[in-house]
Amino acid sequence: MELTEQLQVELNRENLLEMYWLMLLSRRLDERAWVLHRQGKIAFHISAIGHEAAQIGAIFAIRRGQDWLLPYYRDLTMVLAMGLTPREFMLGLMGRQGEPSSGARQMPSHWSLKRAKVVSHSSPVATQTPHASGIGFAIKLRGDDAVVLTTIGEGSTSQGEWYEAVNWAAIHKLPVIFMIENNIYAISVRQDRQMAVPRVADKALGLGLPGVTVDGLDAIEVHRVVSEAVARARGGDGPTIVEATVHRMTPHSSDDDDRTYRPRAEMEALKAQDPLDLFRSRLMGEGLLTEKAEAEINERAKAEVEEAVAYATQAPYPDVSEATYPVFSGDRHHG
Amino acid sequence: MAEITLIEGLRQAMDEELARDESVFIVGEDVGPRGGVFRATQGLYEKYGPERIVDAPLAELSIVGIGIGAALYGMHPICEIQFADFIHPAFNQIVSEAARLCYRSGGEWTVPLVIRAPYGGGIGGGLYHSQSVEAFYAHVPGLKVVIPSNPYDAKGLLKSAVRDPDPVMFFEPKKGYRLIRGEVPEGEEILVPIGPARVSRPGTDLSVFAYGMMHQYCWEAAERVAQEGIDAEVVDLRTLKPVDKQAVLGSVAKTGKALIVYEDNLTGGYGAEIAAILAEEAFTQLDAPVRRLAGPDIPAVPYSHPLQDWFMPNPDKIVAAIRDLAAY
Amino acid sequence: MATQVIMPQLGESVVEGTVTKWLKRVHERIAEFEPLVEINTDKVDTEVPSPASGTVLQLLVAEGETVRAGTVLALIGEPGDELGESSAAVGSDGEFAASAAPTVESKGLPQPGAAAPRPMAHAAVPQPEVGFISPVVARIAAEHGVDLTQVSGTGQGGRITKKDVLTHLEGKQSAPPWEEPASGELFRPTEEVFGEFKPAAAAPGVKIQPLDPVRARIAEHMVRSRHTSPHVTTVMEADLGRVLAHRAANRPAFERDGVNLTLSAYFVAASVEALKQVPIVNSSWSDQGIVLHPQVNLGVAVSLGEKGLIVPVVKNADQLSLLALARSVNDLSERARNRKLEPDEVQGGTFTLTNHGVSGSLLAMPIINQPQCAILGVGALQKRVVVIEAPGPGGDPSDSLAVRPMVYLTLTFDHRIIDGAIADHFLAVVVQRLQTWA
Repeated sequence: MELTEQLQVELNRENLLEMYWLMLLSRRLDERAWVLHRQGKIAFHISAIGHEAAQIGAIFAIRRGQDWLLPYYRDLTMVLAMGLTPREFMLGLMGRQGEPSSGARQMPSHWSLKRAKVVSHSSPVATQTPHASGIGFAIKLRGDDAVVLTTIGEGSTSQGEWYEAVNWAAIHKLPVIFMIENNIYAISVRQDRQMAVPRVADKALGLGLPGVTVDGLDAIEVHRVVSEAVARARGGDGPTIVEATVHRMTPHSSDDDDRTYRPRAEMEALKAQDPLDLFRSRLMGEGLLTEKAEAEINERAKAEVEEAVAYATQAPYPDVSEATYPVFSGDRHHG
Repeated sequence: MAEITLIEGLRQAMDEELARDESVFIVGEDVGPRGGVFRATQGLYEKYGPERIVDAPLAELSIVGIGIGAALYGMHPICEIQFADFIHPAFNQIVSEAARLCYRSGGEWTVPLVIRAPYGGGIGGGLYHSQSVEAFYAHVPGLKVVIPSNPYDAKGLLKSAVRDPDPVMFFEPKKGYRLIRGEVPEGEEILVPIGPARVSRPGTDLSVFAYGMMHQYCWEAAERVAQEGIDAEVVDLRTLKPVDKQAVLGSVAKTGKALIVYEDNLTGGYGAEIAAILAEEAFTQLDAPVRRLAGPDIPAVPYSHPLQDWFMPNPDKIVAAIRDLAAY
Repeated sequence: MATQVIMPQLGESVVEGTVTKWLKRVHERIAEFEPLVEINTDKVDTEVPSPASGTVLQLLVAEGETVRAGTVLALIGEPGDELGESSAAVGSDGEFAASAAPTVESKGLPQPGAAAPRPMAHAAVPQPEVGFISPVVARIAAEHGVDLTQVSGTGQGGRITKKDVLTHLEGKQSAPPWEEPASGELFRPTEEVFGEFKPAAAAPGVKIQPLDPVRARIAEHMVRSRHTSPHVTTVMEADLGRVLAHRAANRPAFERDGVNLTLSAYFVAASVEALKQVPIVNSSWSDQGIVLHPQVNLGVAVSLGEKGLIVPVVKNADQLSLLALARSVNDLSERARNRKLEPDEVQGGTFTLTNHGVSGSLLAMPIINQPQCAILGVGALQKRVVVIEAPGPGGDPSDSLAVRPMVYLTLTFDHRIIDGAIADHFLAVVVQRLQTWA
């Protein structure tokens, strides 16, 4: 795989610290979301815990704000990196007015942020993948130099929609990166009940595009692999499947109880491979982060979470009139 | 003024819109060099090239899904589904995605997209080349559903659909593609607005509501019964969603009787919605029960000729239904 | 003010949860986010973290108890804090509470599923002689005061069509164009005609007495019955002289058998006799046809005073002697008043007798006990002056006045099943049986 040198985004010290900050902020918000749910203050949460490194590595490989992101529901770290604020996340969790993804029409974590080219997605899985190819197709038709990053869980690659979309992108050499966050579980069903191939990236062979598997606990390695895929896409060499192996360190969602299907020992073992801890150690080992600085960042994250919760708690609910529109694009709010 | 076929009206509409707006492109199976299996896109590949007249893989959901993505980017795709019978794999993309993106994003994302699909029976197409699918989509908020019955409307409605900022389901009566001819002015911009119905034959004794091929048959039937002294009003609905309620209610206020003709299966078909509107909002105008003439409730149109004829509403059956209702 | 700990809604479809274990006791200190209670639901078992730091003031739900999502489980605060309303689900301070759906101001928006309000036309009741009247014909007739019996119909089966009524109008007067929206009294919204309905509770001093299940069931049944059966009532009177004489003569004998011989037993017996002679009355309506019941199960209404009304059933009454009937009626009535009836003793009735006369009523039109065909009402026994007709000497009538013990009997019947003549025949059999008792 040849890289155009100027296209590769290098990670400097500032980038690495920002990556750590976003991973930490994501983790603290995510943890609070679980607590809010168990306190009966929100109806639903679906978690990114264990996926943060893969998400942050990938998002730092695209040009945020210029390139397109079609995420799935587990991508809290990604959308924070794209500019979603903690306040906005909390407004979404609590279904408050002005929540930017959907105006509190959709469940939490159904992302959309048009100002950052993050495209709205739904709950039926893999429906966003054809849209990613369609956007890639339009980019190619227009001759623009944007690329499209779309993510999905490994279970969702069983959908026909995913195959059809990847097939399209491969045929037309569209500038799309199909990233799979493989945490082995589709709710309760393990990967070997979803597919016969050992690696999701192996599916690339049947579709005619490169497929790469990368350790999704290593943000820097994910960044390197996705950067190569982005360079291919931008250079007109077409799409890539990137499989990042990650751990789902929580139940599927707040509705799920993973004790019914997942051995506790397995969950315990994951704690030793927490991507947040691994990245922290790495930064400290490289001398980029001190204990003191880390403690300060942690306090800042906690304060941001508290502030966001307080802000959202007092924010108004949407007016019921907001349920009536916009069914069509002309239906603007009058008033 | 030239007399053209319905499919020629469609072809002209696409040609003019492709020339007008560079963001318009066509995607579908065999739409390229072949010009479509019904020849609706004939000559367009040669004129606009492979990038704008795109032969899709044989996979309907991605034809729609790719179209949605491109529309999100600001393009105006025309997605051709070869037969309405093959649209079902794309149901999720149409209903869960195209129809809901605007609402679910508070209006931030919109989907200017046209999905064209030939529908209807009477052409020896059997179970899977004859279906009428309009009722599925007329049920879904966020979609507009349009069915033309003549070359002028086919051209004018399709051009309006391409310029519409929202997803439009454009179902074409394939039996009428070459059967229905009509005059369409040349060198003139024809835009028929989405929404209004049209009274194609004014009358006083009863109202007949139809669209697509059935409108043509109803018109013929109305002309026949006129010789017996029955003065039937024929209303071409043209847009099923949003329906032109005023046209429906206005006609029945005049006649007091309503017959709805559609070739889809009777139960839960689009005629049920017209009947419900009349029952709710025109009760004190009714001088007879609202009647529906539609396909029977069997899975689809059978292939063999006598079986197909039994299934399909036709002018003879419509004449009988009109006589019956007029006599009530 | 203490902080409430609520049962969270753990899952989209979950409506309740069970407290499995309290991890803190009353008076114990707890920090915010520290686990307070373990709960179990259909989908998830989990710990609930405390929403506040403080002292556990109250635990409101016992271990093992299942409560709806949104229920207050405990109160956390400082000793001496106001406890507040702890029984209702919260929602006031913006917490998500599944069972406490927020009341929202709709601001004039149409509610989902609600049809837009519109004036209802009261179609003229079709007279049998004019046949079926379509809505539009009814409307035009009402607006123009047309007597439809004067309009000749040209439609199917002579039906009066819209054209017919318009032609009729043209012949009489230059009618205003019928397309004009209706403006007559009949077409105004009911609230304009009768004033807006205000619930009684809106007036000061008015109290709402909650419905007990018996009241609610009676109300539901009565309304349903009136909506189900076209009720018609026929009235006759009976001279109970023979019955009273028989009762006086036989009372001691019955008492020896432990049975108080009441008048009710005679009415039951007379009804059974009539049901045997006119079996069509012992029936129920169904769309498939009239269901004729093979045995007579006779219900006897028993008043429970303020507690309503119940109708125990004498099963197979057609097989019972007067003694057995009397014993059965007494027993059922007694147990009805003491709430000792078994469920099957109030079911399966095929005809009902109601003795409204016990509270002084002379004449009443009872409502049919569904799905039966008829109900017999017995008025108060009253001595009245009546004319006694007797053939005089030589065949001339020789009428005289007499004071007789009289009752009014009312038979309310389902006009779908029987007509007046049959009903009268039935009631005449009852009267005849009572007046000729021996």
